[in-house]
Amino acid sequence: MDMYLTLIQLLDSTVRLATPLLLACLAGLYSERAGIFDIGLEGKMLAAAFFSAAIAAMTGSVWVGLAAGIAASLVLSAIHGIASITFRGNQLISGVAINFLAAGMTVLVAQAWFKQGGRTPSLIGKARFEPINLPFAEAMQDVPIIGPLYFELISGHSILVYMAFAAVPLTWWLLFRTRFGLRLRAVGENPAAVDTAGVSVVGLRFAAVGICGVLCGIAGAYLSTALQAGFVKDMAAGRGFIALAALIFAKWRPWHALYATLLFGLFGALETRPDVIESLIGMKVQGQLLSALPYVMTVIILAGFVGKAIPPRAGGEPYVKER
Amino acid sequence: MDVMPKWAEVILVPLISLVLATIISALVILAIGEDPVAAVKLMITGALGSSYGWGYTLYYATNFMFTGLAVAIAFHARLFNIGGEGQAALGGLGVALACLYIPWPHWSVALVGAAIAAGLFGAAWATIPAWLQAKRGSHIVITTIMFNFIAASLLNYVLVNKMRPKGSMDPASARFPETVQLPTLHDMLAPVGIEFSKSAPANVSLLVAIAACVFLWFLIWRTRLGYEIRSFGSSESAARYAGMPPFKIIMVTMMISGALAGMMAINNVMGEAERLVLNSVEGAGFIGIAVALMGRSHPFGVFIAAILFGFLYQGGAELALWTAIPRELIVVIQALVILFTGALDNMVRMPLERIFLALRKKGA
Amino acid sequence: MTAPPAIELKGISKSFGPVQANKDISIRVMPGTIHGIIGENGAGKSTLMSILYGFYKADKGEIFIKGKKAHIPDSQAAIAAGIGMVFQHFKLVENFTVLENIILGAEDGRFLKPSIAKARRSLIELAEDYGLHVEPDALIQDIGVGMQQRVEILKALYRQADILILDEPTGVLTPAEADQLFRILDRLREEGKTIILITHKLREIMDTTDTVSVMRRGEMTATVKTSETSPAELAELMVGRKVLLRVDKQPAKPGEVVLDIKNLHVRDEKGVERLKGIDLQVRAGEVVGIAGVAGNGQSELLEVLGGYADGTGSITVNGQSLDLTGKNSDGQSRRARGIAHVPEDRQREGLIMDFAAWENVAFGYHNDAAYRSGILMNNAAIREDAEGKMERFDVRPPNPKLAAKNFSGGNQQKIVLAREIERNPDLLLIGQPTRGVDIGAIEFIHEQIIALRDKGKAVLLVSVELDEIMALSDRIAVMFDGHIMGERLPDQTDEKELGLLMAGITDTDKPHSVEEVQQNLSFAGGDQGA
Repeated sequence: MDMYLTLIQLLDSTVRLATPLLLACLAGLYSERAGIFDIGLEGKMLAAAFFSAAIAAMTGSVWVGLAAGIAASLVLSAIHGIASITFRGNQLISGVAINFLAAGMTVLVAQAWFKQGGRTPSLIGKARFEPINLPFAEAMQDVPIIGPLYFELISGHSILVYMAFAAVPLTWWLLFRTRFGLRLRAVGENPAAVDTAGVSVVGLRFAAVGICGVLCGIAGAYLSTALQAGFVKDMAAGRGFIALAALIFAKWRPWHALYATLLFGLFGALETRPDVIESLIGMKVQGQLLSALPYVMTVIILAGFVGKAIPPRAGGEPYVKER
Repeated sequence: MDVMPKWAEVILVPLISLVLATIISALVILAIGEDPVAAVKLMITGALGSSYGWGYTLYYATNFMFTGLAVAIAFHARLFNIGGEGQAALGGLGVALACLYIPWPHWSVALVGAAIAAGLFGAAWATIPAWLQAKRGSHIVITTIMFNFIAASLLNYVLVNKMRPKGSMDPASARFPETVQLPTLHDMLAPVGIEFSKSAPANVSLLVAIAACVFLWFLIWRTRLGYEIRSFGSSESAARYAGMPPFKIIMVTMMISGALAGMMAINNVMGEAERLVLNSVEGAGFIGIAVALMGRSHPFGVFIAAILFGFLYQGGAELALWTAIPRELIVVIQALVILFTGALDNMVRMPLERIFLALRKKGA
Repeated sequence: MTAPPAIELKGISKSFGPVQANKDISIRVMPGTIHGIIGENGAGKSTLMSILYGFYKADKGEIFIKGKKAHIPDSQAAIAAGIGMVFQHFKLVENFTVLENIILGAEDGRFLKPSIAKARRSLIELAEDYGLHVEPDALIQDIGVGMQQRVEILKALYRQADILILDEPTGVLTPAEADQLFRILDRLREEGKTIILITHKLREIMDTTDTVSVMRRGEMTATVKTSETSPAELAELMVGRKVLLRVDKQPAKPGEVVLDIKNLHVRDEKGVERLKGIDLQVRAGEVVGIAGVAGNGQSELLEVLGGYADGTGSITVNGQSLDLTGKNSDGQSRRARGIAHVPEDRQREGLIMDFAAWENVAFGYHNDAAYRSGILMNNAAIREDAEGKMERFDVRPPNPKLAAKNFSGGNQQKIVLAREIERNPDLLLIGQPTRGVDIGAIEFIHEQIIALRDKGKAVLLVSVELDEIMALSDRIAVMFDGHIMGERLPDQTDEKELGLLMAGITDTDKPHSVEEVQQNLSFAGGDQGA
């Protein structure tokens, strides 16, 4: 039973750690499915993390904070869109610039606003997303097996976690069952087909980049207002890149994005609990290995040794009308 | 058709991008309640007003020359090496192993040995993404990003578990022996009667970096390999037709690129820290991207851009010391330079091209 | 004729940077007719039609549709005005189904299911009305080009287009497929649709159109009734002077076998077999022309011979075999064996467009002793050689420092030709020698090819222009679907016979129906009209 509880706890922290990855991964999915590569997920998350924490601290309302975080992320999305869609610039270079812009600006503004060495004040009360207890969670706590499962793992997360998980079927439905999804996928495969069919390539791509911004905004807000209580310098800590790795791992598919981010979340959870691994496989595993594992696995997937990942065909290429 | 004359392409476009980046940075400084003019003055006196300031400026510039050249050579083959950070970290490991485990008789021999070790380690770290790109078609941008993180984990492991001296809490290697200490600019200029600050870290590696600039210019524009690299970068299909082996070009280019990034370690690890610490690269690998973009991938352009960024770094450190403006201002400027010279290139270029076209029509 | 024209363009002009693609063009197309627009490559036909389809914005001029002034800022507006366009390069999403491609942009509401269901019903009707059968659920990447073209036509019809523009529709089709296309177009005309056919092939214009407009260098030179003109007159209008249809040449004096290909097989990256057992010989002092519709393996043949595609089988040059897969299978080794190669696509392969002309003169030969000193390039020697070559081949402007992209198509081709022919190769591979080349340069290029032949060298010519093949070749081999269907002598065959071979029909005594040809072309998704 002890082992079972430990496992539940481990999965619980997996869910917590997977949530920002999942949101960012889905964000990247919209953008890349529309043909816009985005290595600036990290920067957008970081900017959103700061601004949502900062505004939440100032207003005392986490919801206002969330809106501010989304807005900050959208501003960076707009820059990415203008650079890579309007001016047909290099999408990768634009992404790199956005990551630095966020890394620099968050500390700069944090210092100017709060003078705490690049952090925000700790968030308390309504300035944070509190866990939600699902109905009967308390009552069921003592029921064997499913009690702890329901109480620990399923109940007791912040609203953003449930939103992230709900975003998976929603994304699937949007992409594969609606007109918007059909056009979005088409524009990532062959923008000329969309253009000659009388649909705006620029409009679709900006829409995709915008959705990407909103989801990155939620991901960032989750980091500073739900996972932790406040912003600290560089708090995205490479999650944007792990999300990117997960996106490749998932081969640009929504349900697979969920599985990939849960897997990478599990690695993160295990990193904090070396004792669990040791008791599970009877061997000590270095934390550094676990933190490198998502990247190593992604490289292996990219190498095509285990199922080749084929990105959307028009990905990374600015659309120029052919003469 | 070439619409713009060459001088506009080489000088005007980067200059306008730089001006735009500067204006926005000034606005940012204003927005956080500081005085941009005073800030610039402070940066200039701090970075260029004394031999101490110059010593730091040139020290940073040395790092950026190596990483900038690394990105630039890859650009010539149309490869985007974002992995300079990881390659430089591995270069640091190479330097540390060479300095700690080989009894060098003199710093000059040690410098050659350490540079080779740094280059080999950096090249090795670039080889795997290069091979994956050349053989498996894995996107090199993504793989080099991944390899940056893998390098960080690897170095963390090595420093914490293997190289840390017994009893030390610090995740860093032991200090290098005195025989491998590199002469600083102070040591080098004293014999010719020039007073140079004793405490500034700029050292003999600067000359190696300058030599690397010259070497790379020669490689790109004068050798057959350079011709092949440029051909491949301009048109992969044409290179295939001509019988230039893509595999060889990708591998060799990336190895040179990785080696250059790795060689940065003779400056920061051997010349300055004199031991290997965690995160010794401090983002210089990424600054190489800005430097290469700004320098239009030309070794001389990289040289100039590296000094400019050296100035920004030293100036930024001074700002952080004397004003409320944090060091991260430099990261913002760096972001803006990458944005304007790289991603928003067309925004600057398109109106310029229109102007030149109008001028030409009037002239004709 | 009291009805207003279906389309009327008045004074359309359009420039791309310094290049003026359309100059003050006016045209009237009457409803229910097939109107041809003919002109050489680069005459501005496609640009004009792209303006009509809202793809480009005209700098000047007016568009009237059915007598009313129309403003067409984008494709959406063109579609709303009843215009449909089938581009030369299809605009289809490869990994979508036929139905998904048809509804894209013309969906019925926000959700896909009802849209797809409706499109499926319409498709059955359209198939019955016009004989346009397709497999609605097949993926585009799995069906042949002929089928893909049908999908494009269906896309336009699904959008209720009554004016249909087709841009070089037969470029990728066999003669039989083309015939079938023209039958469909006839049927569409009968139903009252207006069709604009853009082509550079005189025969298609003569066979199918009611009226024809001729374009030359961005200008409209004439509009005439097809029944009142002749191919010769049209050709003259196209190029501005009488065309020399035959090349002046002496009979060939073939010598030893230089190139001997036996049972050559090639697979592409996807593993699809593109060459299925080729046997071919080229002797010294003769030009062997490969005729065929683009995409039947000609490119792969040149690539294997040029050393940049792997193959199996045997190829010998001057009796010594070539490495087809190993480390000596590359362009460098081929050049060392006396094989020179003028590639089909000079802009993508033959030249580095950003390099100066002089650097391009060394391209492929940068390891040559004359061009190098040790690991370095001997730039001075290359520059000097470039100057001489540009003079001898009359490259204009004669400025070796100018980047390749700044030369016209014909002059770019002359740079490539100078580089390859002056190596004095035993075997010259030459693909589409005059594609996108102006008339003056065509003659010069043809003369150079014949001159090399007369020096006793072997020439393997690949061209999709049957006229060019007929004019230059001493022997013609026809390729279809990775096979050589047969060899003919130019004075003992005609375009009709070659056309049948190009469609994969070898037994020329037997009469053939279009359906049989269709069978031969073997489309995926044979269950048509389901």
